[in-house]
Amino acid sequence: MREIRFYEALIEAMAEEMRRDERVFLMGEDIGLFGGTFRATEGLMAEFGERRVRDTPIAEAGIVGLALGAAFGGLRPVPELMTMNFAIVAMDQIVNHVAKMRYMFGGQFDLPLTIRAPGGGGTQKGAQHSHSIESWFVNAPGIRVVIPSTPHDAKGLLKTSIRCDDPVLFVEHERLYSVKGPVPEESEELLIPLGQAETKRPGRDVTLVAWSFMVHDALKAAEALAEEGIEAEVWDPRTLDPFDWDALYASVARTRRCVVAEEGWRTLGVGAEIAARLQEHLFHELDAPVQRVGAADVPTPYARNLEQAALPSAEDLFRAALKICT
Amino acid sequence: MISPTDQIKMYRQMLLIRRIEERIAECYGEGKIGGFTHLYIGQEAVAVGAINALNQDDNVIDTYRDHGHFLVRGGDPKALMAELFGRVTGCCKGKGGSMHLADAEHYFFGGTGIVGASIPIAVGLGLASAYREDDHITMAFFGDGATNQGVWHEGLNFATIWNLPVIFVCENNFYGIGTDVRLSSAFTEVHKKAAGYGIPGYLIDGMDVMEVRQRCEEVVRLVRGGAGPALIEARCYRYQGHSMTDPGRYRARAEEELWRKRDPIPRLARQMLDAEVVTQERLDEMEREIEAQVEEAVRFADESPEPGPEMLYEHMFRERYPSDPHA
Repeated sequence: MREIRFYEALIEAMAEEMRRDERVFLMGEDIGLFGGTFRATEGLMAEFGERRVRDTPIAEAGIVGLALGAAFGGLRPVPELMTMNFAIVAMDQIVNHVAKMRYMFGGQFDLPLTIRAPGGGGTQKGAQHSHSIESWFVNAPGIRVVIPSTPHDAKGLLKTSIRCDDPVLFVEHERLYSVKGPVPEESEELLIPLGQAETKRPGRDVTLVAWSFMVHDALKAAEALAEEGIEAEVWDPRTLDPFDWDALYASVARTRRCVVAEEGWRTLGVGAEIAARLQEHLFHELDAPVQRVGAADVPTPYARNLEQAALPSAEDLFRAALKICT
Repeated sequence: MISPTDQIKMYRQMLLIRRIEERIAECYGEGKIGGFTHLYIGQEAVAVGAINALNQDDNVIDTYRDHGHFLVRGGDPKALMAELFGRVTGCCKGKGGSMHLADAEHYFFGGTGIVGASIPIAVGLGLASAYREDDHITMAFFGDGATNQGVWHEGLNFATIWNLPVIFVCENNFYGIGTDVRLSSAFTEVHKKAAGYGIPGYLIDGMDVMEVRQRCEEVVRLVRGGAGPALIEARCYRYQGHSMTDPGRYRARAEEELWRKRDPIPRLARQMLDAEVVTQERLDEMEREIEAQVEEAVRFADESPEPGPEMLYEHMFRERYPSDPHA
């Protein structure tokens, strides 16, 4: 199968959906002429023009609010927040409006919008530009949270998100954009249903739960664990809302051990919810306490050594797994 | 010139809002309505005059003081009262409440409890119209307090740079809850804030429904014709406190009296009687009809069932997944 980069997979997904459905349009800061700060919309203005690829002012709450209004008006907007960090600026629109207006109005309106936002740390961008805050949005009912780890999943899930009749927050990791991976030819339609996890590496001794960039760290940790004679399963939920709980329970019931890794802060992270549910559902099947790996509870520091100390790594995963497997 | 039929229609709408809200206040006192309830009494001429200047398929979006706009847009008084009572027959099936009325059938995109937040959403509705090149326009209602919120400015800026068919209607009642506009705004003449975006700003008397209607019709014509967004400041006064729990101690009684003398409802009644558009008998009859309509709405709400427990997880998403929480 051909290999393309993560950002190229995103461009293909958007272009295909825009060709398919006239109601789909993009809006965001520097997505048009500039091509996107991470090149994820490169070439789209040339193909679709200024009407459907709209450069916006720097006004994140406004961008999300306009996209919501356009969805109310029958369009299918795909707004880009230049970075996930700016979702914090748009928090009221996302949490109070996008996520609530269907329920609050008794299901009168469908709100099909897909908010794309690149986030994550590890590139020395300092405290305000290194967020992995997907847990905040999983905590807010009413918006789907999709967070792919490979070019294949990025393409298939973005296409499904754009076709979804509900609001989706589509989280991309900045360090994933240049990652290459196998993706079917454009002639083959690639759609991945939300709520379907994928086992990225099978194993019998411990389940490593990871999403987004952490999947790649988990795969590295699994390699290292294999050298110690431990066969780790790497399990990627791919979407955090909906979450494929049954598949997770099946994996952990088999391996009887679990490590959850996320790049976000450990305290009250998605990992905390996963650990809580595992003990509720599988208390007697577990051979060891569920381990959590996550970021240190500090604003991400700039200095390279401190940033590396703050963010979780493949080694942290390796050590956490080793601790419960020996 | 507003036709006699339209004058009577507007009078009836204003009176319905007034009477139904007086009854809402009583029901609130009886504990039948919970949470926050913000009355529109005093400001009726704005919703009635402005919304009647629109077509039925134009968009309207609102704040939390939304009973009046909901009714003028065509919302059912029974569905309003049932919503306030938290009943399944409410316009939002009892899930929204006073601050979150909406009516998809009548292009009423709801009330939000967050000041200013409806502005970018209104502009997005305008974007949808421009994108499709249809001739619908969007009217957004908000208070003077909203004009100090960041998203208000973001919305006006977007509407201007993309030349969108949106009319921003500020109901300036001079108080953001209890804070005088002179203490909260660097610039108290809201309509002049339009200059910051190079769009027209109009000042109108929000206590005169005929003026509101006529001036809004002119603006609607311009905006529908492609002139881009416009800002209207309608000066008006809410007779009650900010919400049901506010006795309004921050306002001088003399000031309140002054505004009550300009009450839009008797004002239109006088005009119509003088012009022999309507007789006193017809007005009295209308009063009785509305009283019956209000009582019917209360009875309907009272007799309607609450939403069943199975509805707790309904209406979250159009597309459901097995792992979604369910009753």
